[in-house]
Amino acid sequence: MNFLIGAFKPACNISITFSDGKSRKQVPMKKENGKTIMVSLFQSKESIAGKVSIEPLQGKKIEHLGVKVELLGQIEMYFDRGNFYDFTSLVRELDVPGDIYERKTYPFEFSTVEMPYETYNGANLRLRYVLKVTVSRNYGGSIVEYQDFIVRNYSPPPSINNSIKMEVGIEDCLHIEFEYNKSKYHLKDVIIGKIYFLLVRIKIKNMDLEIRRRESTGSGANTHVETETLAKFELMDGAPVRGESIPIRLFLSPYELTPTYRNINNKFSVKYYLNLVLVDEEDRRYFKQQEIAIYRQQDS
Amino acid sequence: MLNGTEDEEKWLAEGIAGIQHNAFYMHRALDSNNLREALKYSAQMLSELRTSKLSPHKYYELYMRAFDELKRLELFFKDDSKHGVSVVDLYELVQHAGNILPRLYLLCTVGSIYIKSKEAPAKEVLKDLVEMCRGVQHPIRGLFLRSYLAQISRDKLPDIGSEYEGDADTVMDAVDFVLQNFTEMNKLWVRMQHQGPGGVREKREKERSELQDLVGKNLHVLSQIEGVDLEMYKETVLPRVLEQVVNCKDDLAQYYLMDCIIQVFPDEYHLQTLETLLGACPQLQPTVDVKTVLSRLMDRLSNYAASSTDVLPEFLQVEAFSKLSNAIGKVIEAQLDMPAVGAITLYVSLLTFTLRVHPDRLDHVDQVLGACVKKLSNIPKLEDSRAMKQVVALLSAPLEKYNDIVTALTLSNYPRVMDHLDIGTNKLMAMVIIQSIMKNNSCISTADKVEVLFELIKGLIKDIDGADVDELDEEDFKEEQNSVARLIHMLYNDEPEEMLKIICIVRKHTMVGGPKRLPFTVSSLVFSALRLLRQLQGQEGDIVGEEASMTPNKIFQLLTQIIESLSAVPSPELALRLYLQCAEAANGCDIEHVAYEFFTQAFLLYEEEIADSKAQVTAIHLIIGTLQRMNVFGVENRDTLTHKATGYSARLLKKADQCRAVYACSHLFWVDDQDGIKDGERVLLCLKRALRIANAAQQMANVARGSGGPVSLFVEILNKYIYFFEKGNKQITSSAIQGLIELINTEMQSDSTNPDSVADAFLASTLRYIQFQKQKGGVMGEKFESIKL
Repeated sequence: MNFLIGAFKPACNISITFSDGKSRKQVPMKKENGKTIMVSLFQSKESIAGKVSIEPLQGKKIEHLGVKVELLGQIEMYFDRGNFYDFTSLVRELDVPGDIYERKTYPFEFSTVEMPYETYNGANLRLRYVLKVTVSRNYGGSIVEYQDFIVRNYSPPPSINNSIKMEVGIEDCLHIEFEYNKSKYHLKDVIIGKIYFLLVRIKIKNMDLEIRRRESTGSGANTHVETETLAKFELMDGAPVRGESIPIRLFLSPYELTPTYRNINNKFSVKYYLNLVLVDEEDRRYFKQQEIAIYRQQDS
Repeated sequence: MLNGTEDEEKWLAEGIAGIQHNAFYMHRALDSNNLREALKYSAQMLSELRTSKLSPHKYYELYMRAFDELKRLELFFKDDSKHGVSVVDLYELVQHAGNILPRLYLLCTVGSIYIKSKEAPAKEVLKDLVEMCRGVQHPIRGLFLRSYLAQISRDKLPDIGSEYEGDADTVMDAVDFVLQNFTEMNKLWVRMQHQGPGGVREKREKERSELQDLVGKNLHVLSQIEGVDLEMYKETVLPRVLEQVVNCKDDLAQYYLMDCIIQVFPDEYHLQTLETLLGACPQLQPTVDVKTVLSRLMDRLSNYAASSTDVLPEFLQVEAFSKLSNAIGKVIEAQLDMPAVGAITLYVSLLTFTLRVHPDRLDHVDQVLGACVKKLSNIPKLEDSRAMKQVVALLSAPLEKYNDIVTALTLSNYPRVMDHLDIGTNKLMAMVIIQSIMKNNSCISTADKVEVLFELIKGLIKDIDGADVDELDEEDFKEEQNSVARLIHMLYNDEPEEMLKIICIVRKHTMVGGPKRLPFTVSSLVFSALRLLRQLQGQEGDIVGEEASMTPNKIFQLLTQIIESLSAVPSPELALRLYLQCAEAANGCDIEHVAYEFFTQAFLLYEEEIADSKAQVTAIHLIIGTLQRMNVFGVENRDTLTHKATGYSARLLKKADQCRAVYACSHLFWVDDQDGIKDGERVLLCLKRALRIANAAQQMANVARGSGGPVSLFVEILNKYIYFFEKGNKQITSSAIQGLIELINTEMQSDSTNPDSVADAFLASTLRYIQFQKQKGGVMGEKFESIKL
């Protein structure tokens, strides 16, 4: 197939670099092929500047109808393969039609770009930001090169952050009262709380706290919901008696969480839930699910 | 569950293998300073402890394996140059573990390093650890986890003087921590009873008792905290521990923990908090063995009191006795179905306590005994042998303490307690009492006390209804009765009047003793009375006659009655001896008719009752001996009596006996006193008669056996001759002695005589004596001069 590769080899190498690429924070990103690469991290309203250099293969010239760079924010639904929704699309023309004989470098800048949504890799969709360089040609098709980058947006600590406190139970069987210290947690936060047993008539084997992610895509009849359990944290071993109070301390940092996303571009939502699960000796599960909001806090 | 143990072994082996496997990888990670791997494998290793299949015993084995590994892990954690993570971060890192049990073991391990690093106050870390451990609610796993926590925190408590001591009041934090851990552990321990796999109650209790020390260890730690002084103990530690003990409502735990409290904390704390401690007792479950708990407490306090006299005022100050006494009363009241032995054990302990602490308070002793009587009277019949033993212990305690039965006799409840003993034990106790008297040589000197005493030992004095006589061991019986006899000698009062009362009381009691006992007791009683008689004489004669009750005559009447009682036995030999003793006493008192009467009685007995020839021989010699010493008789009476005695002598069965009795009679006519009778002729008559009998005996022997009879008889008679010769009996001449010697020599040389070395030696020494007297010269020498040897 070597000749084929040679045949379809693009006529030039295109590279895209960010002007502050060396100092900018790099974060890992999982590719479709499962490999992890390091990419630059941006947040909304940053200027994205850099250079595109085009280097034709030795002794070849490229005739083109123009060179442009686009900044795209896309939402890609897996169940609707190939269906992209660009929620952001900015274009900078880099060159007028002409020929490129040798390596040519074009600086570009998108200043103060609105990137309201974060990069997200979910079960059924992904939200990506990408720089797309297109060398348009008449024949042989255009030459296109992509450069991914990641966007994360930070939120200030919420001004109101109430605790979650609730009494639940099954009549004459199990009554508990649980409390989580907040309803909104940042990604490196700790969930502190306790479970108080008001009535225990079943033989409980253990109790876990789960963190579940609920990703819903689409709307109306086409809604797809995918729920994943990201954490299963054992809170209690053995059967408590009435009056026992079991502490909760769950560090969120070890888990791969994202902030809560609500109705992103009318396409999807990602929500997080704390699921308190009690398992009895017959392996029956009793649970209570509570939504929590997760936000990204600026590292101090 | 046929092969339950087999399965368990298998599970244990699997668990150990799992620990070893993961420990191997953990070691590798430790060696390569790989923290992440170390955490992963240590958590996996600790996951083996999540098993529910093992009994506490086996689980402990598993736990110890993990424990050893955790020590290595701790060393690694401690050295942050190896893993490069600060202890604070490490403290968070280990909490990422998903399973709670490994997570908490690791947390405790890092926690201990956290405290050591002093990057956070010890109390904060401890508080956090003890709080987080709540997550393990499984009894066995929780107990071991918390025991691990207790173990690693022991040397890190913010105690006074500890390097972890904080700013202010941190002892309180240390105490709070231990108390909380204790409380939680106890809850888990109690819960074991109601949870877990079904099984027989006993098995579960056994399993639980295997774990008790894990819980008790906390109390031990508390007692080791420097800062727990009396005040803190009183205000905080004890109330909170007791609260837990009472509220857990579990008999096993309550019993163990009460005992634990008593054993681990110092005595003076107990003394000062007696009320609180005792107040908890009635609140315990009815099935709790409170008596043992209280007994142990009292034993400890008793020992404490005995340790030093300095502490005694403390006891008085806190009114220890009345508090204990009340508590016991309440406990007994509350626990209706407590067996008798339990209640009595309690009383024994209380008694021991009061004897040690308040030896001067007899009223306390009596109070205890009284309480015991009250308890015993509710029980129809005490049949429990252990209870019996306790009653004996109860009764023996005051005796041992005071070394003096007299003290015990003043205790009004003492005999009432004895009434509740069964016959055998009653006797045993009576023996203890008597032995105590003997040992201490105590003298019982008033009639009242004697009355009480005999009431106490009535088990020995008479047959008690329902006693199985057949079961009596002859030797035991003798031993008992000898003791009673000895006891009678211990009753003495210098006042004759009181003494007489004593004797009357003893007589009253002993007379009902029946034929088997009388021979033992009567003689003691008789001699006791005779002693009184001498006492009376010693005090001049002026009392005589003044008071009607106290004349010697009266005593003699009493004596007669006493001895007569023997006729029912019958024991004629003994009675005869006693009559003779009395006669001699009457002789001492110079009352002829009484003496004569006694002799008459003695002779009557001899004639009518004593049939055995051997007994007759003994009796006749006694009679002769006594009669010889009598000087009260007038000629007529004396003649009558001596005549009788001589007559009896001659009628003995064996010739040799006859002979000996007859020559003994010779003394009746020669009393070597100043105004004693000296009737030489009748002496000679007796001796000649003896000789005749001896001859007859000799001949009879020749005829019957073809050999000579006893030469020794002749030698004996020769000695009598020499005696009277020396004493100056004119009727005994030297030629008579000479003749007798020759006769003996002839007899000895005759071939029919068997050589008899004893007789030879006897003769030889007799002859030597004569030789000696001859050589001595003087009056005696001259007298013997004429005897040729």
